[in-house]
Amino acid sequence: MPSYQELKTEADSRWQALESGEKPWIRVGTATCGHAAGAFQVIDALKADLADRGIDANVDEVGCLGLCYAEPLVDILKPGGSRLFLRNVTRADVPSIIESYLVNDHVPQDKVFGYLGDTAISRIPDLSKLPGMAYQERIALRNAGHIAPNDIYQYIAHDGYNALNKALFEMEPADVIKEITDSGLRGRGGAAFSTGIKWSFLVRSPGPPKYILCNCEEGDPGAYNDKGILESDPHTLIEGITIAGYATGSSNGFVFIRHGHDGPIDRTEVAIKQAYELGLLGKNILGSDFSFDVEVSLTGDSYVAGEESALMESIEGKRAMPRFRPPFPAMFGVWGKPSNINNVKTLAYAPAIISRGAEWFSSIGVNKSTGTAIICLNGQVENPGLYEVPMGLTLGQVVNDIGGGVRGGKNLKMLQTGGPLGGVLSAESMSIHLDFDEMREAGAILGSGGIIVVDEDTCAVDLTRVLVAFCQYESCGKCFPCRLGMEHLLEIIERIARCESRPGDMDLMRSVGSTMETGSLCGHGQLGFGPIRSAFQHFEADFIAHIEENRCPTGSCNGPMLTPTNTRPYATEYAAGN
Amino acid sequence: MTATGQENRERVRTAISSQRRPTVTVLSSLLAAQDELGYLPDGAIEEIATFTHTTINHVWGVASFFPNFRFTPPGEHVVEVCWGPTCHLGGAPRILEALQDDLGLTGEGETQDNAITLKYNTCLGACTQAPVMSADHRLTGHVTPESAKKLVADLRNGAA
Repeated sequence: MPSYQELKTEADSRWQALESGEKPWIRVGTATCGHAAGAFQVIDALKADLADRGIDANVDEVGCLGLCYAEPLVDILKPGGSRLFLRNVTRADVPSIIESYLVNDHVPQDKVFGYLGDTAISRIPDLSKLPGMAYQERIALRNAGHIAPNDIYQYIAHDGYNALNKALFEMEPADVIKEITDSGLRGRGGAAFSTGIKWSFLVRSPGPPKYILCNCEEGDPGAYNDKGILESDPHTLIEGITIAGYATGSSNGFVFIRHGHDGPIDRTEVAIKQAYELGLLGKNILGSDFSFDVEVSLTGDSYVAGEESALMESIEGKRAMPRFRPPFPAMFGVWGKPSNINNVKTLAYAPAIISRGAEWFSSIGVNKSTGTAIICLNGQVENPGLYEVPMGLTLGQVVNDIGGGVRGGKNLKMLQTGGPLGGVLSAESMSIHLDFDEMREAGAILGSGGIIVVDEDTCAVDLTRVLVAFCQYESCGKCFPCRLGMEHLLEIIERIARCESRPGDMDLMRSVGSTMETGSLCGHGQLGFGPIRSAFQHFEADFIAHIEENRCPTGSCNGPMLTPTNTRPYATEYAAGN
Repeated sequence: MTATGQENRERVRTAISSQRRPTVTVLSSLLAAQDELGYLPDGAIEEIATFTHTTINHVWGVASFFPNFRFTPPGEHVVEVCWGPTCHLGGAPRILEALQDDLGLTGEGETQDNAITLKYNTCLGACTQAPVMSADHRLTGHVTPESAKKLVADLRNGAA
């Protein structure tokens, strides 16, 4: 097997050839955002058109640059120049783009977005000055949109696997844990617990086998940053999970993804295969004494499968229902063996922290929230995207400066943060900082980083009803406070939305909510009342209008109320004898 | 078992015994079987129970938990519409309503001619392009009731 130095030399020469070789290099954003915007049709058209004209060019699928609103984003690098970015490209635009830029050397003005690189392209804006780029400090997403996720050499050329090499040959496992602890890195899955301390629990557990589980279930509607990392730069995660394995003395890693999310699944599996081929996974990694195996584990559709103990049940192939704790995963995890669970984002930070040091990482961010927040900004905002920004920015900077404000110049009504179990914040919240603790105090959570922007034309009851419907649909049914509680809450909020509420409905919801909070087995039920409580706190007037005046203040509740008709567990046909 | 049933059993046996991921479980086998057939007939459940050395009841327990598993054949094309909060804000209810009217459905399910299965999806992961739908796993963003109906019509006509 080649040494790291040999791999790096090979990778550098390949990168050199791509970047300053004879051929133009065309990169197209094909993360889920690009996919939905039509990027694959654009790639097909590009390849066909280039072939027709006999132009020899490298065409790569890359991940997400973060500016999802501009997808499909096509970037063309001509030998010796800067990268020219074209936005919202459709299949029909392709022939004229190639004709004007590659054949005639004219920038196609109607599609131009900007350039990235050292040499300015005349009269074209510098993309790095755009707020959506300038505010970003990309660590976990440092390669996203720049390198092809299916080419391990492009990752290595950007110092990929350098941190693993350093950990294996220059650091003891305890040094790695100390570095991660000192960096102040906290879990990005929602709980914000110190990652270094969490790893240290596993060190003390007996093994082998010991497992590192990476959670990419990401069932939160409005969140796509975990999938975004796997689609854009899966090797970052593989390097991170292997470093975690080394630090904790683990033998195996599982990357847990929901079946059906083909982009992240396929790219992760290609990356794992490549890492094995180059001796970066498997036996005696890079010639060291350390061996580690990684595989992808798929779950069926279940939001609760993202809860750590339900995730372990699902890896074992069972119903994704949470376990009672204790015992905790570090002692009794998957198959009863010691396990550690981290979110994709958390593990994706590890390589940069090991390479650049704890001090560097902890110098970014604010208070006890070090590093960056990977924000999924979406909803009724001008520039929805995937933005990795330093902790400590205000929500106002995120929504107005980066996001360009509320779509269509409307007024902001609320922000829904941290997934459906998080809460809503009012328009007065714009001075709150991206800080785990400050946001929790404000009654919302940063959670996994989803921020949904909601404009003034939306009724708080309407959005709350959808969040409650989601939580009800996704309740796993194991414990009754959640199973029955969510059903009651949905029934009540639906009748409030229809202006058919009964006296005492609000008190009834509070009572059900407090039972759920006390009696539920996992966070799903414990936090299930959260959306209603925070909506009622900030937007009482919307509820009052429905309850006392029998009207929806914005009219948005008057649309059809459609929620899935299938149930969990699937019952109807078999109860009837099929 | 009918001849088709026997054929299905053989396809399931091949699919579950040739899974490429190292860890094989009841759930991974169910996913492999459904990927192969599009649904899980009784025979598939039985084959998986035999293959994983467990009971039919246990396999049923897992299969009935995850709503992506289905026990009757799907339509020729599967259309999923996202109803997550972001897509809701973007007008998902009107899209679902339009498609249901168009397809003669009152909820999720198959059209009479079994050409289309309509499903609600909690989040397709492309929130920045909301509202989003998927047609046979291909995502489309910024859909409107009209473009959604056209997309489904194209699927039926084999144009998509």
